[in-house]
Amino acid sequence: MAVVLEARGLNKNFGAVTAAADINVAVERDSVVGLIGSNGAGKTTFINMVTGYLKPSSGSIAFGSRDITPLAPRQITRLGICRSFQIPQLFNTLSVYENLLVGVGIVASGGAKWADASRHAGTPSETVDSILERFNLTGYRYKPAGVLPEGVRKLLDIAMAMAVKPKILLLDEPTSGVSADEKFGLMDMVMEAVRAQQVTVLFVEHDMDIVNRYTHRVLAFYEGRIIADGEPGVVLDDAEVRKYVTGEARAAGGGKHAAH
Amino acid sequence: MKRDFTIRTLVGVLIALLLAGPLLPRWAMFLITVSLCYGTVVLGMMLLMRTGVVSFGHGLYYCLGAYASGTLDVLFGVSDIAVMLLAAVAVTGVVSALLGLLLRKYRDIFFAMLSLAFSMILYGLLLKTSALGSSDGFNVAAKTLFGIRIAGTEFERYLIFAVTVLIAFVAAVCMHKYLASHMGRLAGAIRDNELRVEYMGASVRNTIHVNYVMSAVLAGLGGALAAVSVGHIDPEMSYWTTSGEFVFVAILAGTGNVLAPFLGAFIFETIRSFAYEYSPNTWQMALGTTMLLVIMFLPGGLWSLFTRMRRAT
Repeated sequence: MAVVLEARGLNKNFGAVTAAADINVAVERDSVVGLIGSNGAGKTTFINMVTGYLKPSSGSIAFGSRDITPLAPRQITRLGICRSFQIPQLFNTLSVYENLLVGVGIVASGGAKWADASRHAGTPSETVDSILERFNLTGYRYKPAGVLPEGVRKLLDIAMAMAVKPKILLLDEPTSGVSADEKFGLMDMVMEAVRAQQVTVLFVEHDMDIVNRYTHRVLAFYEGRIIADGEPGVVLDDAEVRKYVTGEARAAGGGKHAAH
Repeated sequence: MKRDFTIRTLVGVLIALLLAGPLLPRWAMFLITVSLCYGTVVLGMMLLMRTGVVSFGHGLYYCLGAYASGTLDVLFGVSDIAVMLLAAVAVTGVVSALLGLLLRKYRDIFFAMLSLAFSMILYGLLLKTSALGSSDGFNVAAKTLFGIRIAGTEFERYLIFAVTVLIAFVAAVCMHKYLASHMGRLAGAIRDNELRVEYMGASVRNTIHVNYVMSAVLAGLGGALAAVSVGHIDPEMSYWTTSGEFVFVAILAGTGNVLAPFLGAFIFETIRSFAYEYSPNTWQMALGTTMLLVIMFLPGGLWSLFTRMRRAT
């Protein structure tokens, strides 16, 4: 399969703290990759480097054949790498409909700067309607984003990332702050949307059941390094991962769920 | 979704004003003309406020527009209204495009104070320029409209009134269309969350820059129209209290609709005229009380009265 995103020798230091150390990853097209690790392990730093928010101290990131290391977040978004946020970043005084319309409008008015293949079919308002439906948000259409319950905010945040037609979608803890019985429903909806638009997904997640069920591949981070990389069943059973990331008890459960 | 009657209302007001113009007493015509000039400036303020930045120095462009049109006569002997307005648009467009390069990097109080500083620089410069009348300013007389002589004719007042009405109308319609466009919609998004706008692929700074230039050109147009209709300009137009008035009216009016700035400006001018007439020494108190009441009971500005009424029906 074709490699769509490749990080080579990424390092990032904040003073004496190493947030990323010699990260080498090649992500294949249409794969779903989970990023796991305890707090401060470097998962979000990795996402921030891929989206251009942080510049690596050394190393490079390529999107397809293009080096995106020096680009700003906006330029990287326009190339097709979009992210959602751990704490939803919405336009609180605008309605749910308008929140999505902003994104669809940016794509629609972007002209040649967006790859033609990534333009939406139909009018902006139709596109928003289809996104609302896909993410089951139609009932909230006229509600200002600021008054939505947390689970819905989370969903809208992801829907907004999808509204700008990404080729790679980065989700920062998509299920944090979402109640336990809503988590799988949310992930099912997101994964269905992702498959329909053939988007490659990388997501940071602490819930190993989610990781196990939805990923093809897992990267385990510890102190800025990737200590394990492979299929979820294998990574979650890895001795170092059990020690540093999941803890013994969780890892024992991880093997059981590998059948999903 | 609620239906939008804005364009229809604007057309209705346009026709009503143009028809009623010849019947209006002189003071009423003048009051409406001045309100429309002010409203055009506040229309630009509204756009900036919707984008989440407040300029405390829009007097700069109000004054610059007025002086650009006024000095045409002084320097080149040109006193055609159309040319004067074009000059105001050109000068304010260029100056705001340049200053915008700096201002687009700042927000909140820094944006407000920096814009105020620029306006006070112009004020200081004009104060020292004796060729343009220093603190007294000078008289502006528009003699022709598209080359046709209007000065001294019986239609002079009405034509100036009609031009003001038409320009305010076109500005309001364009602004209404712009706010509903993809680019215009970014204003509210930027006010709410700049980070997210960037992560959705749009440039916050470019959008603020464009909106700043648009609002400056509107202020310039308002200033030029004021110069033509009042017939006198002075550096006071760039003084910070003038800029403060624009902010005042924008808050009084609310930013919900393009009609609001004109309504707000009309109410502001009316209160000011009558308060000045009846209590020359304490007229500011009437304005202050109005502001206090609006902030306490209508934090969304006067326009929120209409949105409340529509929600109730």
